[in-house]
Amino acid sequence: MLKLNNILKIFNEGTIDEKIALSHVNLHLNPGDFVTIIGSNGAGKSTLMNIISGVLIPDEGTVEIDGQVVNNLPEYKRAPMIGRVFQDPMAGTSPTMTIEENLAMAYARDKKRTLKLGVNKKRRELFREYLETLHLGLENRLNAKVGLLSGGERQALSLLMATFTQPKVLLLDEHTAALDPSRARLITDLTKEIVEKHHLTTLMVTHNMQQALDLGNRLIMMDSGQIILDVPEEKKKDLTIEGLLAEFERLRGEKFASDRAILG
Amino acid sequence: MVHSLFGAFESGVIFAIMALGVYLTFRILNFPDLTVDGSFATGGAVAAVMIVNGFSPYVSTIAAFFAGLAVGAFTGILHTKGKINPLLAGILSMIALWSINLRIMGKANIGLLGHDTVISQIKSFFTSFPYPILFTMALLVFIIKLLVDWFLDTEIGLAMRATGDNPRMIRSFAVNTDNTIILGVALSNGLVAFSGALWSQSQGFADVSMGIGMIIIGLASVIIGEAVFGDRSIKRATLAVIGGAIIYRIVVAIALRVGLDAQDMKLMTALIVIFALIAPRLTASYREKKRRAERQKNASAGLEG
Repeated sequence: MLKLNNILKIFNEGTIDEKIALSHVNLHLNPGDFVTIIGSNGAGKSTLMNIISGVLIPDEGTVEIDGQVVNNLPEYKRAPMIGRVFQDPMAGTSPTMTIEENLAMAYARDKKRTLKLGVNKKRRELFREYLETLHLGLENRLNAKVGLLSGGERQALSLLMATFTQPKVLLLDEHTAALDPSRARLITDLTKEIVEKHHLTTLMVTHNMQQALDLGNRLIMMDSGQIILDVPEEKKKDLTIEGLLAEFERLRGEKFASDRAILG
Repeated sequence: MVHSLFGAFESGVIFAIMALGVYLTFRILNFPDLTVDGSFATGGAVAAVMIVNGFSPYVSTIAAFFAGLAVGAFTGILHTKGKINPLLAGILSMIALWSINLRIMGKANIGLLGHDTVISQIKSFFTSFPYPILFTMALLVFIIKLLVDWFLDTEIGLAMRATGDNPRMIRSFAVNTDNTIILGVALSNGLVAFSGALWSQSQGFADVSMGIGMIIIGLASVIIGEAVFGDRSIKRATLAVIGGAIIYRIVVAIALRVGLDAQDMKLMTALIVIFALIAPRLTASYREKKRRAERQKNASAGLEG
């Protein structure tokens, strides 16, 4: 479903600030794969997400989604195939617009936008049904401006919006990191529920090691622009945080260093 | 006085069309577009030239709208494709339009007296009706308001609103924000030019300098309108903008009556906008201070008691 072939990305090439963000990365995801990504600071996790979504263009290598090479497609043209939730709860929704208007924009993702009304009776019913699956009571606040929602509510809505049209690839970029533990728990559970329901091919970056172990069927560890560890489903089940940290030390010869990692 | 008040209403509703255009860029797209000073005159110029050359005034006025669309699209392209800062893109268009408008007109001023205009035709149609211009223009503005409200609720309109609100998010929902910006700035200047066309016909002439300061009048209308009538929803805000435009003209009419000169109007407009921008913040911080002082007093009273 998603294939990254030999991806190279260098920032500020030829200057003293040159940094190899991704160094010949290969990654293949099968349909329905749910891969969690962990890694130290500057490992290239966010660059990887931006390369897939089209915010950044790779210097070398190809990005394939569903058999189609998308290297030359700008972000908005890839977007019908890619759902994305950002770390910042403010980033995934439009604050001055209402809940139903936001959902209408998500609904139109894989369709041609026309001069038809974004929200009609039929769609409103659909939005209400979808919102009910969040169990947050948002279905009764369709006309509330999204700016008035709490961070957790906004992130739940972002997640719903990102998955509304069942994209071919779902990118979750530390989407629970800015929330308090109980809200993060809620979003994590919702993520699991939604991804399983629609069998979405998912890539999730997280700093929470326990979350990386609990979710998904495959785990990837990145460091210095490379994938240094790729744990398949069978092994992932028995993996622990201690095991992960030991594995990192064995591979890199140093301790796992991240000021943001949450170990358990 | 009553007559000049009605006159103010009349020009207010014509200016309201321009203000709705400014609302589209300034509030919806979050794009302070200075093209307005040029495109208002472009509208007047196109309509006047066509009218004196024998075109129907209705056709001429609609042509002015399309001229505005083109001008706005140009500013939008400068910003999105040329990556020029919005303010600078607008200023560049505005300056370029000064020359273009002179080219269109061939001279600095075209009189319309003796020619059939939309305004003269309305007047001769409703001879027995008081203030026909005011009522037909008010109806026209209201129809435009409804069209703007409807458009902003369509799928494309929602994408445009989100472009001004959270461009990163709407790009991730497959919207080309370059296109929504170009379309929005074009529509905005279309309305501005349309308003300019009607204004030149109601004044009886088009002048190359008729657009100077128009952006500030548009901003004044938006800001005053929102402050007085509120901006909870799009429908409310567009109505408020129309109200703001009318209030602005009434304030000007009163100022002229109390002895201010026409040449003082630009200064006055600037002062009104400055006041309207600062006042809400001052009252809010005053209220906040008062609330805190109240709490402190109650708290210390509670301690003593």
